[in-house]
Amino acid sequence: MSKDQPMLLECYVLASKIRAVEEMIASEYSKGEMRCPVHLSIGQELVSAVVGLNQRKYDTAVSSHRAHAHYLAKGGDLKKMIAEIYGKVTGCCKGRGGSMHLIDLQVGFLGSSAIVGNSIPIGVGSGLSHKLNNSDALSFIFLGDGAIEEGSFYESVNFSAVHDLPTVYICENNLYSVYTRLNQRQPLERDIYKMVESLGIIAVKIETRNVFECLKSTTKLINMARTTKKPIFIEYDTYRWLEHCGPNQDDHLGYRPQSEIFKWKEQDPLLSLKEILISNFGVSNAELKVIQQEMANEVLAAFIQAKKDEFPTLDQSMSDVYAR
Amino acid sequence: MHGKKTTDFAEQINEGLDEILSSDPKTLIMGLGVTDPKRVFGTTLGLIEKYGSSRVIETPTSENAVTGIGVGLAITGYRPIMIHQRLDFFLLAMDQLVNSAAKWHYMFGGQQSVPITIRLITGRGWGQGPTHSQNLHSWLTHIPGLKVVMPAFASDVKKLLIASVNDPNPVIFIEDRWCHVQRIDRNLIKSEHLEIGKAEVIEIGDDLTIVSAGFSTIQSLRAVKFLKKHEVNVELVDLKTLKPLDIDSILTSVTKTGRLLVVDSGTEISSFASEIISLVTRLAFNKLHQAPEMITAPDVPEPTSHGVIGEFKFNSTDIAKETLKILNKNLESFDFFELRDDLPDVPNSNFSGPF
Repeated sequence: MSKDQPMLLECYVLASKIRAVEEMIASEYSKGEMRCPVHLSIGQELVSAVVGLNQRKYDTAVSSHRAHAHYLAKGGDLKKMIAEIYGKVTGCCKGRGGSMHLIDLQVGFLGSSAIVGNSIPIGVGSGLSHKLNNSDALSFIFLGDGAIEEGSFYESVNFSAVHDLPTVYICENNLYSVYTRLNQRQPLERDIYKMVESLGIIAVKIETRNVFECLKSTTKLINMARTTKKPIFIEYDTYRWLEHCGPNQDDHLGYRPQSEIFKWKEQDPLLSLKEILISNFGVSNAELKVIQQEMANEVLAAFIQAKKDEFPTLDQSMSDVYAR
Repeated sequence: MHGKKTTDFAEQINEGLDEILSSDPKTLIMGLGVTDPKRVFGTTLGLIEKYGSSRVIETPTSENAVTGIGVGLAITGYRPIMIHQRLDFFLLAMDQLVNSAAKWHYMFGGQQSVPITIRLITGRGWGQGPTHSQNLHSWLTHIPGLKVVMPAFASDVKKLLIASVNDPNPVIFIEDRWCHVQRIDRNLIKSEHLEIGKAEVIEIGDDLTIVSAGFSTIQSLRAVKFLKKHEVNVELVDLKTLKPLDIDSILTSVTKTGRLLVVDSGTEISSFASEIISLVTRLAFNKLHQAPEMITAPDVPEPTSHGVIGEFKFNSTDIAKETLKILNKNLESFDFFELRDDLPDVPNSNFSGPF
């Protein structure tokens, strides 16, 4: 089993980085310097990490409003992301996009959109590009359970199926669209992945409870997609710990049962990764602490830099409406 | 290459698409019906046979996603030309048009351009009615990041299409269905390069300026020719592009004539005619001899019945009469018989150029 250790460790590194970034945003947010909506992925890091490990640099990815984790897992530039959230000209969109619009073309992260379901067809277009280019690149499309209800999702899967496109749909089912629970939005007895399978593509559900199995299954499926160049859909069960939008807990609102919140916090992906690395792969607690410290330092540096950076001037913000 | 002496607007689009596909391997065509037996009113004839299914792509009935797929292609190196047989169906794609295509370049810091051309065909006549004949060009000009082209003539539609595809931005290319059947001698086809954003003065006159685009230009031209015979000299500015607007050409003409009539197929409230009148009034108020006027569709959905459509829609006679009213001429002394349409709901049998 030791050959799996480097991948699991890498998974831990990625997940820790995402957690560290999101926690820093949460803790700094109240200072009022990050003046845009933020949708944090604390609790959902595992999905981005296991998928990220299987992405190649030339693969492309698009995402939604909750994109920090996907961007970072694809290798997106941390400093540019934090600067963007601070509204600085050094941000990945020169301060025009904010937290919900992330891009890093160096690593194939094509963009994320604030409109639910909006980036899905863009990802399909990128998949069509890969096919027309005869490339083995995959187009990763990150979405949540809410986007499943959008027409653009159905239209996109249908197109992927008809044209056999190398598109990998990664659905993070965190059960809630803002405050509205899945069973109020979709029939209780209908599984998302089964519905998608009926549209004509391979669709699988991967449980996140067992992090090792989750990583292995993900790797297997993505390798298969790369070989077959056909569309696949993977549904992951996951849970956001904080409010839909913002840095706080919102459990006092009572829209999520206490038992559910408790169950998912018990199932902390970082803790699970840590436990398995220590007990099954002989990694020491000290080694993991070093990793965490390195992450913390990197994140801190990005925040310090972003705060120092300049805002765009009005002139700068008036340019680029049209390409020349 | 073309043995025939004449051509029509639809054929010119077809030849334009052929030229585009053959000159740039990154261009491709997508739309419902691009490979079907009718080939989008003949505009995509022969293309699948010549370029294959990876360049001429038949699509599902999914306007929104297909537009987004076009954006995805555009930001990864392709130049898609998207086609919709009726503009009204394209309303389903507003999210991808407005939130993606129009903003992508700006929103992501100018890193990726979106060179995508979207051909939208506006229905006219034969009971097209409330949801098959909407002239919504004004809406589209309201969105930063879009360009809007609205050709009138078979003689320049090919060059305008090529200019649209060569533009690195999303371009909406609006074709009036009745323009498609406009037949002209091949020697009238413009050979020079046409630029987006340039209007053309197609009739010269001193008495009044008419500004229009698309099929409204065809109707206006007929009225202007009629008026010329009666020594009323109207200058006709064919916009060709609504956005970016060639306001300079309009102002130059109005400075000369001092009078403005805008003819616009859209409904009157927040119309493109309103925009032009607003601009001219603000920028050249002291050049105007009297208040500008406009002819538009009423603020009412279009009825289907052919029994009423002739009265509902404006025609060349209405344009001629409005011009004469502005010029304070006595309408009684004119016989408008020659301006009549054969039937109100199909193109005139003599619908050919030169106009």
